[in-house]
Amino acid sequence: MKNRSFLAQNPSILWFIAAIAIFTLGATLMSEAAGTGLISTSFVKTLGKTLCLMLVAIAMDVVWGYCGILSLGHMAFFGLGGYAIGMWLMYARTEIIVAESLAAATIPPTPQEVSDAIASQIFGVVGTNKFPWIWTFADSLFLQLLMVVLVPGLLALVFGWLAFRSRVTGVYLSILTQAMTLALSLYLFQNDSGLRGNNGLSGLQNLPGLDGVPQATVSIAFLWASALALALGYVLFAWVVSGKMGSVIRGVRDNEARVRFLGYHVESYKLFVFTITAVVAGIAGALYYPQAGIINPAEVAPIASIYLAVWVAIGGRGRLYGAAIGAAVVSLLSSWFTSGGAPNIDLGIYVINWTDWWLVLLGVSFVAVTLFFPKGIGGLFDLFIRNDKRAPDAVEARRREAAE
Amino acid sequence: MFRALFLACILLLGLPARTALAQDLQPILQDNAEEVASPSRSSVEALIEELVATGSPEVPDFLAAWQDRGVVRRDGDGLFFYGDREGGSWQLTDIDTGADAGTTENAAEIRPNGGVRRVIASALVQFQLSDPNIAARREALESIARRPQADQLQPLRNSIEGEEDPALRAAKERLANRLAASFGATTEVRVEAIEAMSGAMDIDTRAALSQMLTTEDRIADELPEDANIARVLEVGDDLTEAEAYLRLVDEGLAPAPLTNDAIRAALEANIDNGRVGGVPVGQLDDPARREEAYAALAADGAVPPLVTAKDRQEALSSHVFFLEYDEPDSAVTDAAREALDGIEARVGVYQVFDVGLDALSLASIYFLAAIGLAITFGVMGVINMAHGEFIMMGAYTGYVVQQVIPNYTASLIVALPLAFAVTFGAGVALERLVIRWLYHRPLETLLATFGISIALQQLAKNIFGTQARPLTSPSWLDGAWVINDVVQIANIRIAIFVLALVFLALILWVLNRTRLGLEVRAVTQNPGMAGSMGINPDRINMLTFGLGSGIAGIAGVAIGLYAQVTSEMGSNYIVQSFMTVVVGGVGNVWGTLAGAALIGILQKGIEWFNPSNTLAAQTYMILFIILFIQFRPKGIVALKGRAAGD
Repeated sequence: MKNRSFLAQNPSILWFIAAIAIFTLGATLMSEAAGTGLISTSFVKTLGKTLCLMLVAIAMDVVWGYCGILSLGHMAFFGLGGYAIGMWLMYARTEIIVAESLAAATIPPTPQEVSDAIASQIFGVVGTNKFPWIWTFADSLFLQLLMVVLVPGLLALVFGWLAFRSRVTGVYLSILTQAMTLALSLYLFQNDSGLRGNNGLSGLQNLPGLDGVPQATVSIAFLWASALALALGYVLFAWVVSGKMGSVIRGVRDNEARVRFLGYHVESYKLFVFTITAVVAGIAGALYYPQAGIINPAEVAPIASIYLAVWVAIGGRGRLYGAAIGAAVVSLLSSWFTSGGAPNIDLGIYVINWTDWWLVLLGVSFVAVTLFFPKGIGGLFDLFIRNDKRAPDAVEARRREAAE
Repeated sequence: MFRALFLACILLLGLPARTALAQDLQPILQDNAEEVASPSRSSVEALIEELVATGSPEVPDFLAAWQDRGVVRRDGDGLFFYGDREGGSWQLTDIDTGADAGTTENAAEIRPNGGVRRVIASALVQFQLSDPNIAARREALESIARRPQADQLQPLRNSIEGEEDPALRAAKERLANRLAASFGATTEVRVEAIEAMSGAMDIDTRAALSQMLTTEDRIADELPEDANIARVLEVGDDLTEAEAYLRLVDEGLAPAPLTNDAIRAALEANIDNGRVGGVPVGQLDDPARREEAYAALAADGAVPPLVTAKDRQEALSSHVFFLEYDEPDSAVTDAAREALDGIEARVGVYQVFDVGLDALSLASIYFLAAIGLAITFGVMGVINMAHGEFIMMGAYTGYVVQQVIPNYTASLIVALPLAFAVTFGAGVALERLVIRWLYHRPLETLLATFGISIALQQLAKNIFGTQARPLTSPSWLDGAWVINDVVQIANIRIAIFVLALVFLALILWVLNRTRLGLEVRAVTQNPGMAGSMGINPDRINMLTFGLGSGIAGIAGVAIGLYAQVTSEMGSNYIVQSFMTVVVGGVGNVWGTLAGAALIGILQKGIEWFNPSNTLAAQTYMILFIILFIQFRPKGIVALKGRAAGD
């Protein structure tokens, strides 16, 4: 086993990357940018957003499915990434607009005048015209990109260190992460949070300096970027959960005390997994929100993180592609049902309108999956892989270990 | 002095006793016929005094009729009567005897103008203050309180002695004090009145005192000797330099500072051949170059000179800013300040008490919401994310019952047990269908019940719509228990507090004193052993879960009375409820109580420091809880030994 290469150990990586590549190419060819226009630009954006959700679902799968930490805060990290990139997008675009309007003036504006004009443009809705300190780096794309990684990473590091150090585990940890998410969203809802409160950041789909480029092209660029991020994220996490480290991480999930007694520093492993998944969630958010165009505190609310767990559970925990499939299937189905795409069912006495009944269906099917298909959609793949003798079946191995 | 007052009271009170000697009004009216027929504001007072001095019991009636244009003058003999218009003629009534005086077509209605009517009204006050009808007395008192005037003081004092209603008498004394404090003849009288006021705590007294302490902003070269100065304002501490300078500008004591826009406009107006004051226009994006250009223009006299920081400093240092009392007498303001400080200190103490009561009532709501969870989560170890939806179900049950039974009290009596029954059933169904398969997978229970939660929430939305439904409380729960002017608590909150206590006792009794409780505790600690002792763990789990859910239903009715019934009301409480249980310590009812108390007190306490921002209060509270769990991961009341489970 030891001599086999990383890719050979994880045949799903190649399959997954191939699937993404084909999907992305296909979507590009059918898009308006390619001239065929078989799918609309807004649908291309939906696909791009779905790829980002798949990425954050993979991260969630690593932290929950592999390490056993049911985090109800990863959508908060996702949102923080979105806010970080949104600050730059909004600042830079407003700067251009302000520069245009001031260019007509006979006297060139001072830097202070420009900054005041931008601030009053952005923060007029919350009744202030001063830049809060958290916008210090908003004028620099590089620093703000760094924030995409640093803010969720540091928050996860500090929170995780506090939580794991005092050995908060299981459902208590879930509730604690949920409390963190609630605190963050309540904070963001305030007008003086410095992030425009309830209004959130908007107009993010307009890339500064690229006004001449049509949205069709922009949407394809983001689709490719999201696909690349997803592929890289998949490889990264496949590497994290393979090898010895992967074994330790799975060990923490199955029996934390035993791993600790074997001499491993369990807290470090958990902290590593928690933080790196938070960082990836932040990156996914930074790719998601420019495609969505708007971010507001409701996106960070605890319910979003619970839905993330729902996707992973439906897709199948403990396998990366399962989480990705779950996120794609549930989020696409959800937008199909809620946008009125699904035909209503006429029962004669009552018409089932799916915009009203979709959540009921989702809730019930979720219970059904938990009860009857704990492996989720990903479990279907076992039917094929079981014939393939070379692939080590993680579930089978676990079962053997449990039987010992 | 009191003796003098007392004598005056006796004398005035003696008035009714002299009715036998009272004169008739008609002769006096005839003596002043012109004044009665067309009274003028300046001279009518003398006439009114004369009428009052007669002591006739008819005076108030006459004054009221006069004011209301109910008095007519008969043509011919010029006598005055009360007149009722009937068709084209007047029905006359004799003023002194009240006897029917026939009808006439030839009479003139007397119409006093607005100013005169006000004079009459204030003369009437003294009669109204002693009116046998308590409502009229109260109204008269209120009308004085609304528009206090110096001349009302004496009639008010006179009416105190005869006042029988103790509450009204106290109110009269307070008002008399207020009037004396504002309009007393000498400083001593006023100070004494102010000191007498310092015992009260009501809003009116506080408003009256702070009205005496109103100040005005003043600026002078030096502090004036004769002014009653409240405070000298230090520039930099009490007001910023910019504010202080703006005040100087407003008073015309300093030139207005130029705004950035004004400078810009001035520069734009003086562009000469691509240069402003010798500086090329292109370089004006540099603040230093811009200042240079402006200075050059100012030197030429083309624009007003810039107000520099130095000018500003000089202007500020050559003036003194202070607050001056509107009330010139410093002894009065000092006394008022002292009285107000004393009152506010006491009000502060009561406010803390009031916040404590608020916190207690919030804590009882959290306790009600969390106690069912404490049983399912704490005792059974089952995470029920649908707990909030059971609360919602209970509230909607209450709403539906109210649609059927219109009497609020009766519907409440029906709704409470019915809500328990409905949610008990729902809980048992949930346990049988879903949860019992997941006892060994707690994290998956969380997710499965979350699925139930979103399904139930959407179902409620489909059935009841998205708008909030009212759950009206019976009228006996409407009012508030007013302890004093600062502290009061709504009856509904008291009811919720009592309900919380009842449930605490009930749960403790069930868990510790009944067979069911014994079996629940046995199954919790060791299901296998309990099974071999003849306990059926399945049945116990089912009943326990039903009990926890049923209590959530009752909590739902209580919360619905106090807040609104919406499909999302459950999710508003679920996170707080979990935190209450976790902070308090899992597996212990007392822990839940402690957790609810801690969270309620924290939230109200933080809100008190920053009342404008409840969102911030919640944020800080959650952060505190996260930190708290770092130091006590097992909660406030941590179980020890075997019962702890791990």
